[in-house]
Amino acid sequence: MKDKVVSVRGLETTFFSKSGPFRAVNKISYDINRGETLGIVGESGCGKSVTSFSLMRLIERPGQITGGEVILQGRDLMKLSEEEMESVRGGEMAMIFQEPMTALNPVLTIGRQIEEQILRHKKNLSAAEVQERAVEMLNLVGIPSPSERVKNYPHQLSGGMRQRAMIAMALSCDPKFLIADEPTTALDVTIQAQILELIQNLQERFNMTVQFITHDLGVISEISDRVMVMYGGHTCEIAETQELFSHPMHPYTAALISSRPKFGQRVNRLQTIEGSVPAPHEYPPGCPFTNRCPRATAQCRAHKPPLTELTPGHFVSCFHPVG
Amino acid sequence: MTENILEVKNIKKYFPIRKGLLLREVGQVKAVDDVSFTVRKGETLGLVGESGCGKSTLGRTLIRLYEPTSGGIQFKGSDFLKVRGEKLRKMRREMQMIFQDPYASLDPRMTVGQILAQPFEIHGMLPGQQRIDRIKQLLETVGLKASHINRYPHEFSGGQRQRISIARAVALNPELVIADEPVSALDVSIQAQVLNLMKDLQEKLNLTYVFISHDLSVIEHLCDRIAVMYLGKIVEIAPRDELFKNPQHPYTQALIAAIPRVGTGKKKMKKSLGGEVPSPINPPSGCPFHTRCPHKMDICVQKLPALLNYNKNEDQHRTACWLYENVAK
Repeated sequence: MKDKVVSVRGLETTFFSKSGPFRAVNKISYDINRGETLGIVGESGCGKSVTSFSLMRLIERPGQITGGEVILQGRDLMKLSEEEMESVRGGEMAMIFQEPMTALNPVLTIGRQIEEQILRHKKNLSAAEVQERAVEMLNLVGIPSPSERVKNYPHQLSGGMRQRAMIAMALSCDPKFLIADEPTTALDVTIQAQILELIQNLQERFNMTVQFITHDLGVISEISDRVMVMYGGHTCEIAETQELFSHPMHPYTAALISSRPKFGQRVNRLQTIEGSVPAPHEYPPGCPFTNRCPRATAQCRAHKPPLTELTPGHFVSCFHPVG
Repeated sequence: MTENILEVKNIKKYFPIRKGLLLREVGQVKAVDDVSFTVRKGETLGLVGESGCGKSTLGRTLIRLYEPTSGGIQFKGSDFLKVRGEKLRKMRREMQMIFQDPYASLDPRMTVGQILAQPFEIHGMLPGQQRIDRIKQLLETVGLKASHINRYPHEFSGGQRQRISIARAVALNPELVIADEPVSALDVSIQAQVLNLMKDLQEKLNLTYVFISHDLSVIEHLCDRIAVMYLGKIVEIAPRDELFKNPQHPYTQALIAAIPRVGTGKKKMKKSLGGEVPSPINPPSGCPFHTRCPHKMDICVQKLPALLNYNKNEDQHRTACWLYENVAK
């Protein structure tokens, strides 16, 4: 029996803007097992980041979580008080972001920022122990001469080192569940490879469960055990990585994969998806991909296709799946 | 034999670093440091490298948006660095640029019609109705509608804006287009549309591209020849198939190894390269890559290797690396 660490059920997040409410995350459900990496992939505006912030309950007005459950190790996070939630954030569950320069505080040393986090969650440690732990964390993420580096401010570190510092901070209280939101998007490829390797090593070492968000199909296929594809706040497809890339069933997934130039497999023309992602209020009532889908029918426009398990472990929400 | 449209010889672009009250020059950023190559008519030359390697500076120097510190550029056989005034403007008509950020490169206060009229205004071409007809035709060429002429940039998506930038670049029928990361700011599905458009236009208008990107998958898809840059220098240049089949420079090898492959399935990550790019203010002695190179030898620290051909079967393949020096002898 698989051990579910995270279980998301019918999560719904709505933004109440002047032009009316918009569901950025529209009743999505998924599970992540212990030690597993679930990749979430999609283009800008598909709701992948809002999903992560919803899990952390970090949605600010005009946004609001309007329904669903997020069960982390048996507890529904949506039912916790704000105080209880604060001890979960950075404790059992931590998050790393795309832009370490905006996520880190520029006027505090990185050592101080890591210590703050440790102090908040481990109140029984002495000041010296906290400092020692901050240095140990920097060492763990491969920052050279960590006892010197704790005294540095974020701007004194390079992009790759800042991302390492942020990972150190996120892992300082032994989280069971890590959300990584485009952690390597701002980095160069050789540095990206270093950070991905680091995340993987730390995950194995601490048996962490990871939700990894990116728009990069290459990164997602190398780091995830399973992949969820999102479009317009909906789940299009969830499957094991290899299965998803070799047998995509949702027309959006298939089109997305073939629109990306693949290294070593040359084609003369790339397949494209006509049009562009609709504005928040232009989505059809049914399947969000209807307007750009070559297989769409009147049924798709009017009704939302349910997420259905078509082959074992492969879930698709489409009335006319590919293949 | 194909003619060379652009010949670049020993181009350097150094930016001064000024400090203090008198803004005295205290050092230089060697953004482009002694780079030579040629671009042939009708081909797409890719410039690839990581941030700070000088690929964008080089692109801008090629059309004299930056004046080079030293070196020579021949455009269609004549000395491009010597021309001034009216002659320079005429030559620039034949070379255009597309920028990365379609949000920053279009004036938000101008309509699309006004933006696309500018090239004609500057060069005093096509009066009145003829100009409007040509602008409408340009919009259709890049896959937009003639009726979009009175809209403002904010009414378009990122991909559509990049189409407007492309329309502006090809408005005067240039021969050479320098494209600086034209698809990096776009979503995957939109990238494919813009890449296809660029390929179509190249065939239709007989364009030569210098395509700058950090994304090797995109470079592989589009380019005929590829130059790999590191810290202001070209470390390897070769035709596409040759470069990917037989990469010689350890940096090129690491770069290729670091590309995340689509559809491979989860694998154990292995970093291809440790360390980080050194500062171009104070670049390492000898070969700029020696601080990260797994094959470092004594000579690499002392002397800069020249960009030479080490492959008997492919004379277009040149690499700047001491590893191959014995092979050449």
